[in-house]
Amino acid sequence: MRDIEITNLETIPGRTITQHLGMVQGNTVRAKHVGRDIMAGFKNIVGGELRGYTELLTESREESVNRMVEDARALGANAILNVRFSTSSVSAGASELYVYGTAVVVS
Amino acid sequence: MFTALRLWSASMAGLIIFLILLAVGYFFGRMNEARHFRSLQQREADLAYITVSSTKQTPKGMQACEFVSGNVVISIDYFKRIIAGIRTIFGGRINSYATLVERARREAVLRMKQQAANHDMVHISNLRLETSSVFKNAKTNVGSLEVYAYGTAVK
Repeated sequence: MRDIEITNLETIPGRTITQHLGMVQGNTVRAKHVGRDIMAGFKNIVGGELRGYTELLTESREESVNRMVEDARALGANAILNVRFSTSSVSAGASELYVYGTAVVVS
Repeated sequence: MFTALRLWSASMAGLIIFLILLAVGYFFGRMNEARHFRSLQQREADLAYITVSSTKQTPKGMQACEFVSGNVVISIDYFKRIIAGIRTIFGGRINSYATLVERARREAVLRMKQQAANHDMVHISNLRLETSSVFKNAKTNVGSLEVYAYGTAVK
């Protein structure tokens, strides 16, 4: 499905970079929802993984990666190098997931 | 007289609920933690053939690469949270949170490795770990954190 290679290395093994297209990025801000919060409240007593939140964050990260990929595709890139993630809680109950990297053409 | 009695019984009820939560947190928290550590050890042994490094170099002769990642959101139990709360009065090491973070990190790295194993990869380069406290609630200050591990798997 994804025609653009993503890596957090500075090169792609076995390929050479032919063109450098600059930075691409994607972000999402997600809020938790009440149903998940009730379960989390219970887990806060016994401890353990909050699966609902894990999935929520995985989905949100995928979404921000997809936005970054769209960005790279618009520039005509076929790979994104040196990808970094960053997470921050912007307000009580909401998190921002940000991903950025360098779009390049490799051959 | 009657109001005093009512007040007394209300505060007793509060105390009993607190003690029950403490006991439930202690027993289930300990049980969950022990079980999690056992499962971590087992799965780490199974995936030990995938080497992980935090440098950007890849071993020689690698042809394919794939971005891999794993994440986990984990919460502390009630007992440990209270203990940690008491600890913050006197300062010093909070062991209960140290094991929580350790569990989360190992779990996230394992999930990342599992993803690499699904793609038949042999090595993960440039491992990065990110820890954040997610959905922090100003009111309740939920003791949960997220660990996200990512890297580039190669073969």
